[in-house]
Amino acid sequence: MTVWKYGENINTDMLFPGKYTYTCSTAEEIKPHLLEDLDPLFAKNVKEGDLIFAGRNFGCGSSREQPVLGLKAVGIAAVVAGSFARIFYRSSINQGLLLIECPEVVKAYKQGDSVWLDVKRGTISIGSNTFSFPKLPKEILAIRDSGGLLPYTREKLRWKKKR
Amino acid sequence: MTFAEKILAKYGGEKKVVPGQILTVKPDHLLMHDNAAPIISKIQPELKEYGIFSRALPVIVLDHVIPAAAEKNAVQHKQIREFVKKYKIKHFFDVGNGVCHQIIIEKGLALPGTVVLGSDSHTCSYGAIGAFSSGIDRTEAAALLLTGETWLKVPLSIKITLKGQLQRMVTAKDVILSIIGDVSASGADYCSVEFHGNVHRFSVEERFTIANMGVEMGAKNAVFPVDDETVNYLKSIGIIKSKYTSINPDDDATYDRELTYNLTMIGPVIAVPHSVDKVKPIKDVEGIEIQQCLLGTCTNGRLSDFQIAAKILKGKMVHPNVRLLILPASRKIYLDALKEGFIKTFIEAGGTVLPPGCGPCLGAHQGVLAPGERCLSTSNRNFKGRMGCNEAEIYLASPATVAISAVHGRITDPRKEVRK
Repeated sequence: MTVWKYGENINTDMLFPGKYTYTCSTAEEIKPHLLEDLDPLFAKNVKEGDLIFAGRNFGCGSSREQPVLGLKAVGIAAVVAGSFARIFYRSSINQGLLLIECPEVVKAYKQGDSVWLDVKRGTISIGSNTFSFPKLPKEILAIRDSGGLLPYTREKLRWKKKR
Repeated sequence: MTFAEKILAKYGGEKKVVPGQILTVKPDHLLMHDNAAPIISKIQPELKEYGIFSRALPVIVLDHVIPAAAEKNAVQHKQIREFVKKYKIKHFFDVGNGVCHQIIIEKGLALPGTVVLGSDSHTCSYGAIGAFSSGIDRTEAAALLLTGETWLKVPLSIKITLKGQLQRMVTAKDVILSIIGDVSASGADYCSVEFHGNVHRFSVEERFTIANMGVEMGAKNAVFPVDDETVNYLKSIGIIKSKYTSINPDDDATYDRELTYNLTMIGPVIAVPHSVDKVKPIKDVEGIEIQQCLLGTCTNGRLSDFQIAAKILKGKMVHPNVRLLILPASRKIYLDALKEGFIKTFIEAGGTVLPPGCGPCLGAHQGVLAPGERCLSTSNRNFKGRMGCNEAEIYLASPATVAISAVHGRITDPRKEVRK
């Protein structure tokens, strides 16, 4: 498992360049361009279960959802950041990508530290230090637990039709 | 209660709400643009089975890559037109009408006291006329198309009071860039930003520029109170007062933060690469050579923006090293600018007029930069790679600064022009 560490204000153009927004929509089209202008090594070397650590305001900028789709598709286990921009945050709920807002974790991490993520308990450990992160409110957790907003919406529509 | 609390309480069916509360709301409109194609592609089986929630909910404007730059764009545009026909979508604006945000305001699709969500981050613009508007992603737009509802969390609110009066050649763009420079790109994350004080000094066009950039400090929405200026603007587009119910914040509302700006102290500023909050007084960057100037977009492509630029460019030529691109925010503005003679002035000065749309702002076509080039732009984002090249630089400024700088081929203080 690799931790990819980046700075503050990582924007949507860095995560997925705007010039591809109307030509790439599927996960397979998106993957090769992920983080292209920020870290050309990322798309080549990222593996399932990897984590991204970053500073404040991760995902600021456009309403572009390709970065979220792409990070989910390559198997990023969670993005841990000081804070997230709101459209990116909603988008991650919609796609079922785990975001952890925990500046202490990002601050504590040094390259080479062992990292252990326990989603069920809501904790993340850096070396011997364990940090808990807040759970999503129950209304929103329901969306993520359905596997994302579209599966959630399908369930809702089916249920409404039955009534 | 604040503006956001009042409007979300109304739409969530509650008497009183507090920040952090989650509500289910039914927005009045859902904005989509070229991304309507990938949005409807996501829900083909559901569309077949359940249809759309309402043909009056979506507003679709083709603006991002228009006219189609490649076959793939053309195919998407065609898919959208077919969808519009099949589901009898009420509000559709094809290529050439303008940028979606300008269209929403101009066509009266966002009104005071209404809620508009859109699959574009600059949806926050409609706070200019007292609407609650905010950006969402494509997947959420797809779900809204099917169900007509979504969840919204009641945000904390920030009150920004504007005092004093702007100096000549200093504009609304300088005001919002100065604010973003102060509070930072994340300074208003998740928050509703309200503008108070001497807001009557700002026209709806200027309020649009300010609200448009709310998202550049992370805001969920940015809003101006509804006043005579708003009422008169709406009257001018044929919407009388009885057609809407405005919502203004209570005097005793609770704010997370309160900031005050003295407009008199604000001068021309520039956001330097590659972040909108890297804002500097113009004297710090004066003299930097530029190769492209972009005048227009949904941020600054309205008549008053063209008026100030035309005044500066009248009878002058753009510097031989500079390409000046003009991008009207809508067809209506384009026509008005033609009538006023502004477009003639721009063309005579050596400018190139682009079709009303998003143009070079997102780097997909029309005015992509080369490595090492610099663009001085009135648009809203200067992220690395934004204009299609990650080795180019984008500087953001007001229409006045862009116009005078285009003549000199270097970043130039527009107040110098006035003194001459």
